[in-house]
Amino acid sequence: MCTSVVEVCGAEGAGKSEGGWFPVTSAVVSYDHPHHALLEEAITIDFVNPTLGPGARAAVEITLESAKALAAALARAIAGAEEMEDRRGL
Amino acid sequence: MAYRGMTVETVSLSGHNGDKISAYVARPQGAGKFPGVVLIHHNPGWDEWYCEATRKFAHHGYAAVSHNLFQRAGEGRSDDVAAKVRAEGGIPDAQAIGDTEGATKWLRAQPWLNGKVGAIGSCSGGRLAFLYACHTKSIDCLVELWGGRVVMKKEELTPKMPTAPIEFTKNLACPMLGLFGNEDAAPNPEQVNQHEAELKKHGKTYEFHRYDGAGHGFFYYDRPMYRVEQALDGWKKVFAFFEKHLGK
Repeated sequence: MCTSVVEVCGAEGAGKSEGGWFPVTSAVVSYDHPHHALLEEAITIDFVNPTLGPGARAAVEITLESAKALAAALARAIAGAEEMEDRRGL
Repeated sequence: MAYRGMTVETVSLSGHNGDKISAYVARPQGAGKFPGVVLIHHNPGWDEWYCEATRKFAHHGYAAVSHNLFQRAGEGRSDDVAAKVRAEGGIPDAQAIGDTEGATKWLRAQPWLNGKVGAIGSCSGGRLAFLYACHTKSIDCLVELWGGRVVMKKEELTPKMPTAPIEFTKNLACPMLGLFGNEDAAPNPEQVNQHEAELKKHGKTYEFHRYDGAGHGFFYYDRPMYRVEQALDGWKKVFAFFEKHLGK
């Protein structure tokens, strides 16, 4: 990478790669040269499980604008989910 | 003159600390002797473009080797392996230098080599090519293609990349060619100027060419940053430089 923008966080769930579904352990978010999207730089999100090797990766490469929209959508979905969980807790 | 017939193979060679790493080798058909080129791949990985570039050098009469700097991240598609390396914060500079010295030594031990070896790398591979050239006496010349982060801010330094390559400029022991795009953000024109000023300060032999209308990675024909005129001129300069310093 020619940028140093890389963020890693834990992520528990499942992802789908070429080899099928696999248990996800972390997410890597970076701003770097994409391999496939026809962009000079892209926000790349990889859901991975390093213990299963490099192929255990569910990836997207999207524009910065798309990433902002995704972050907003994620925030709205999380807010909705928390509201639902709060109601369930009552 | 084009060398249409070529021998292509994957070999295993000793890299940093004697670790076995794979390398893609292409050389013109025949006994030689051929000048050698070591290709240092970029962070998108030991990928198809680097294999193609290796064969391109063979087509032009060079024995070329591109070693896998990401060997230790495991087997897989080059983009998956590169993503794993990115998540790990890249590879250590010292390891890349050791691996590249291993590739150079392997090349120098071949009976079909003419005794001369040049190194070339693009993007992060350009950075590593410059860094390597500042740590070895084993190569006869260097081509750096838009090396990102040769100039680094203190906050960009990491245990894997503890020193900005520009700090080692005084140790550069061979002539250098550098190609850059004026619309590049890493390295940006100011960083290229700093890079050049340091070479000048230490009295190094170098040629820098800066292209208008080009940004980062303008040789990559499969990416939107490809710029055909600048790329064709750049390749011409690369081959002229290698012919001058490596002979044929």
